[in-house]
Amino acid sequence: MSRAETAGPVEKAGTAESPATATPPPTPRPFGSPGLFRLAGLFRSELTLTFRRWRSLALLVVLAAVPVLIGVAVRIETSDGGGVGGGGAPDGGAGVAFVSQITSNGLFLVFAALAATLPFFLPMAVAVVAGDSVAGEASAGTLRYLLVAPAGRARLLLVKFAAVMAFCLVATLTVALSALAVGALLFPVGDVTTISGVPVPFAEGLWRAALIAAVVAGSLMGLAAIGLFVSTLTSSGIAAMATTVGLLITVQILQSVPQLDAVHPYLFTHHWMSFADLMREPLLWDGVLRNLGRQAAYAAVFGSAAWARFTTRDITS
Amino acid sequence: MTAVIETSGLTKRYRGGRPAVDRLDLSVPAGSVFGFLGPNGSGKTTTIRMLMGLIGPTAGTATVLGRPMPRSASSVLPHVGALIEGPALYGFLSGRDNLLRYDSADPAADPRTREARVASALDRVGLSQAAGKKAKAYSLGMKQRLGLAAALLRPRKLLVLDEPTNGLDPQGMREIRTLVRELAADGTTVFLSSHLLDEIEQVCTHAAVMAQGRLITQGPVAELAAGARGRLAVLTPDPAKAVRILTEHGLTGVDREGERVTAEPPEDEAELAGLNAALVHGGVRVRGFGVERASLEDAFVALTGEGFDVAG
Repeated sequence: MSRAETAGPVEKAGTAESPATATPPPTPRPFGSPGLFRLAGLFRSELTLTFRRWRSLALLVVLAAVPVLIGVAVRIETSDGGGVGGGGAPDGGAGVAFVSQITSNGLFLVFAALAATLPFFLPMAVAVVAGDSVAGEASAGTLRYLLVAPAGRARLLLVKFAAVMAFCLVATLTVALSALAVGALLFPVGDVTTISGVPVPFAEGLWRAALIAAVVAGSLMGLAAIGLFVSTLTSSGIAAMATTVGLLITVQILQSVPQLDAVHPYLFTHHWMSFADLMREPLLWDGVLRNLGRQAAYAAVFGSAAWARFTTRDITS
Repeated sequence: MTAVIETSGLTKRYRGGRPAVDRLDLSVPAGSVFGFLGPNGSGKTTTIRMLMGLIGPTAGTATVLGRPMPRSASSVLPHVGALIEGPALYGFLSGRDNLLRYDSADPAADPRTREARVASALDRVGLSQAAGKKAKAYSLGMKQRLGLAAALLRPRKLLVLDEPTNGLDPQGMREIRTLVRELAADGTTVFLSSHLLDEIEQVCTHAAVMAQGRLITQGPVAELAAGARGRLAVLTPDPAKAVRILTEHGLTGVDREGERVTAEPPEDEAELAGLNAALVHGGVRVRGFGVERASLEDAFVALTGEGFDVAG
């Protein structure tokens, strides 16, 4: 029994005798900190909320469709007898290299699909969910009821961030699993030839695919924190989503202008494609760690900004 | 009596503009049903938001359950149920899931008894039948009930209800009044804001009146209403004669409205019988005669010298 439950009847008995016991009772219970934070329940509730929205489900369906599209396109093109050209990821050679290998091993569809969705599809889905996370509750008015519940502002923000990160992971896994299924269906699977040219067993390939999916999900952390920060600035869910997506597009444009390469290392997208290094033999961690470090830095900066803003803000919606 | 809510010089000024709440000194006694009365735009909701820690005051202090707000929000608010500016729900969740969501937001609520708490809250507001329906399919009245259920999830020491009967039909309003009385009987202090005077008059023991961000008066309802004197009313098919006779007997403020003649009653109640006799003797056919008790509305008009309209 929690302290809340056991103390209930005692309080009631007290108020029945004299109705003037509204000041904190002498029991140590009510005004102490209850449990450490009791985050689990709120986090579960937040997850349910995120994944029961039609919008989230629609985003996941679109993401799941991308590997199908790539797989079918590659299949049609090769069955015509033509070789597979480029036409994979808009960003760099890794994606293209993966696409050309799909016909020989369906597992490569996983890498090709992640490379194709990481520049825009995945982050856009994350921007929508992150941007809406606080602002959406504010515009629906539910934020004020969460806060008087009282969810606690820092606690709510933490749970929101965790839920957005969970969405990143689920979105990435959706792409990866859909690609795995389509790849296995349309193409042969077997031992995997790494970018380095060294073959590794299929099981090892699967493990690498899971690792890459996790890294890709982690790559979205910086954007998730930015989206959350933007979300604390406004009471309009749509405005926050649009701003976050706009920021993403701006950064991707900056990233593609060679004259701005002095700025590039500071952008959260700069090391995104480094996940391809995990398909080398042996594994090459440098780029991946730099990427994750960059994401952690972004999360720290924008997470703090979101905290500073949200804990002092007037909730008037 | 100790005060459950106490504010001192509480002021809120939104960016550039006159204060929404201006140096408010409010004191809500424990165990009272406290009516917070004022026209729309008089600063009631801003005050409630400050009390609930949703917005920070520009100046002044507020104490709720003996603790400063918004600083002690996390320890005070589990003991407070609130309905602020109408219900807000997740339309795509069922009524029950909405309550589960709000209950899980409260770190002081035991997750093991969550289902039972939600079920009894639903039952209390009569929504058990509709608990599985999506909240967006609810009528305004049902949404209001669900909002109330959220406020009643746990036993509360203080219940803050901002315009709780908005959107309810007369039956729903009666139920809310009954609920408020029940809660008050259990020892819960109820802080009820409204722009409907008769609503306050029917359930409240104490009241405060706001206008344009300022507190005009506060105290027990009986005292407030007593501040305004009642009026003598005569119902008659001969109003012209009645006006003449009442004026001849030295009454002031004589006013005629169709077959209804009203006047300030004489200081001495004993004179009333004589007045009635005088009317009848003067050939006035009296259909009704008596002093109408002053209502809170009279008190309000007397206090503000104006009608009970929306502030500009």
